[in-house]
Amino acid sequence: MNLAIRDIRHNAGRFVFTTVGIGMLLMLVMGMGGIYRGLIFEATLLVDRVGADLWVVQGSTRGPFAEISRLPANLEDRVRAVPGVAQARRFVSHTIQREHLGRPLRMVVQGLAWPDDRGEWVPLLAGRPLRQAHYEMIADQSLRLPLGEKIKLGKDVYEVVGLTRGLVGTSGDGLTFFTASDALAIQFDVPGEAMRLERAARRARVEAMDLGRLQPLLLDRAAGLSSGIPALAAPQVSAILVTLQPGANEAAVRDILRTWPDITVYSTQEQKDLLLAGMVDKARRQLGLFRGLLIMISTIIIALIIYTLTLDKIRDIALLKLIGARNTVIGGLILQQALFMGVFGFGLAWWMGLYLFPHFPRLVLIANADLISLGLIVIVISTLASFLGIWKALTIEPNTVLAV
Amino acid sequence: MSGPTELPPAIDVSNLRKVYGSGHTEIVAIRDATLQINRGEVVGLFGPSGSGKSTLLTAMALINPPTSGHIVIGGQPVMDGPRAMVDARSFRRQNIGFVFQKPNLIPFLTALENVQVALEINDTPAKKARERALELLEYLSVHPRADNLPVALSGGEQQRVAVARALANNPSLILADEPTASLDGALGRQVMELFTKVAHERHAGVLVVTHDARTLDVFDRILDVEDGRIQIRANHKTQ
Repeated sequence: MNLAIRDIRHNAGRFVFTTVGIGMLLMLVMGMGGIYRGLIFEATLLVDRVGADLWVVQGSTRGPFAEISRLPANLEDRVRAVPGVAQARRFVSHTIQREHLGRPLRMVVQGLAWPDDRGEWVPLLAGRPLRQAHYEMIADQSLRLPLGEKIKLGKDVYEVVGLTRGLVGTSGDGLTFFTASDALAIQFDVPGEAMRLERAARRARVEAMDLGRLQPLLLDRAAGLSSGIPALAAPQVSAILVTLQPGANEAAVRDILRTWPDITVYSTQEQKDLLLAGMVDKARRQLGLFRGLLIMISTIIIALIIYTLTLDKIRDIALLKLIGARNTVIGGLILQQALFMGVFGFGLAWWMGLYLFPHFPRLVLIANADLISLGLIVIVISTLASFLGIWKALTIEPNTVLAV
Repeated sequence: MSGPTELPPAIDVSNLRKVYGSGHTEIVAIRDATLQINRGEVVGLFGPSGSGKSTLLTAMALINPPTSGHIVIGGQPVMDGPRAMVDARSFRRQNIGFVFQKPNLIPFLTALENVQVALEINDTPAKKARERALELLEYLSVHPRADNLPVALSGGEQQRVAVARALANNPSLILADEPTASLDGALGRQVMELFTKVAHERHAGVLVVTHDARTLDVFDRILDVEDGRIQIRANHKTQ
């Protein structure tokens, strides 16, 4: 006869409510682990998917994700000339926040090197890759932009031609893919008035110099388009993505690139390490501390509940001792109840998480290894939590039952 | 089957003394108590509150060691002064049955399970324990309520289940602490007659601590306790 089960059956309401409470706490513990896994997954997702062997970024920076990186776009031509390089493409990445249909819309703008990269590697849920050099975009569905939706960014209107799922940046904002020139246009969009002021300022600067006075045509050129002034640099990109030729020696390519003082080169793994060490590590420690606290709170709650349940039946326990029940019978009753509470709570946490976690704003990724380790932790804390109740039960005098 | 007279006494207590405190605070709860209860005998233990009845009962139940004296149960020495000569809990499990003022049934077990648990903690296999528990409930005419929780039983039915639990492991000694105090007169009498039946048919020695003077006639002998001393009451059936 299992006394623990019979007692639970008798106090089913209290057991269920307590277990639900424990389950919700454990769901939080589970969710925190899942959020951490999700952070790592999301942070490294783009690096994994974009399919580059090497990342060329601004010298002495850890860009383009961990910090800002600026490179001249024509660097890709220099990189292409390095022996062993099959392809070099510009990559633009920046986050913008705009208002769309009365709600704030944050998105990570990724520029693809049109026409080499049209986003065929992007896993599409619906729609198609980019087919035009301008005014098309692929958006993650977390941005809630339907296929065919037109959105004004800067001076131009872009149409959503493809939808992805689960592609977000390190801060959890949905990714959007444009051609690199569109991405730059969005990034460096300047209002008309600002442009007019800038042109007027340029003209004033030229007028103030002897060159301007000697060459009046320069005044007109200074007040014109920026692209018409060769002395002004073209907009800069965030990185150059390098794909090596099959069988190429990566170390040899890196050795060559390393001699260029204006750039820094990272492998895909180094780029991931930068992301994880710089951006995710603090979040990991923060979440780890919260998990530790929640586990301690769960232990204390289970211990108090078990202790209270033990006090409720202290006369029954005294009776069992009086009629000769062994300590193992009494201890087993309490330990089993704590374990039932922990294990059912864990099961409930898992079940609730299945339905709730997908609705969280950021990805919650529950790994099997995490589930197993949390399950073991629950068994350990349930066992520890039962000690207080067992101690109380074993110290009660059998003659307590004789007291009226 | 051996008759009760061929068996050793259910309990043999000699020169039992229990002292609480020491020096100026010393209280002598039992003074050189000597008594014997034979198998098949029902003995009543009467006395006012604070006379030492409960102390004597707990000493005999091996849950409150005496200061000095000897206790032998079923022919086996169990206490030599404060020193236990057996594992008290294991010995109680196998040899002593308890009935209390309140039935003290475990509220989350059915009537049947309340009896069964006493058997299972004495290592009786579950199936056999269930059969034996049912047999005891039938013996005490409470088997129709076997699957009911204690809360659904009347006071008398609960006390019958408690008696069944006390009988579960065929104890040589049953100790009852005011078992009729919470019952009305008729029910109280039924329970006392039950003790007589159990003692006579199952050859157990029964000691009943009570204040209830309405059931004097069911006892084979009556002991009076006053100020820790035991005296045998003569001719109680004629009172």
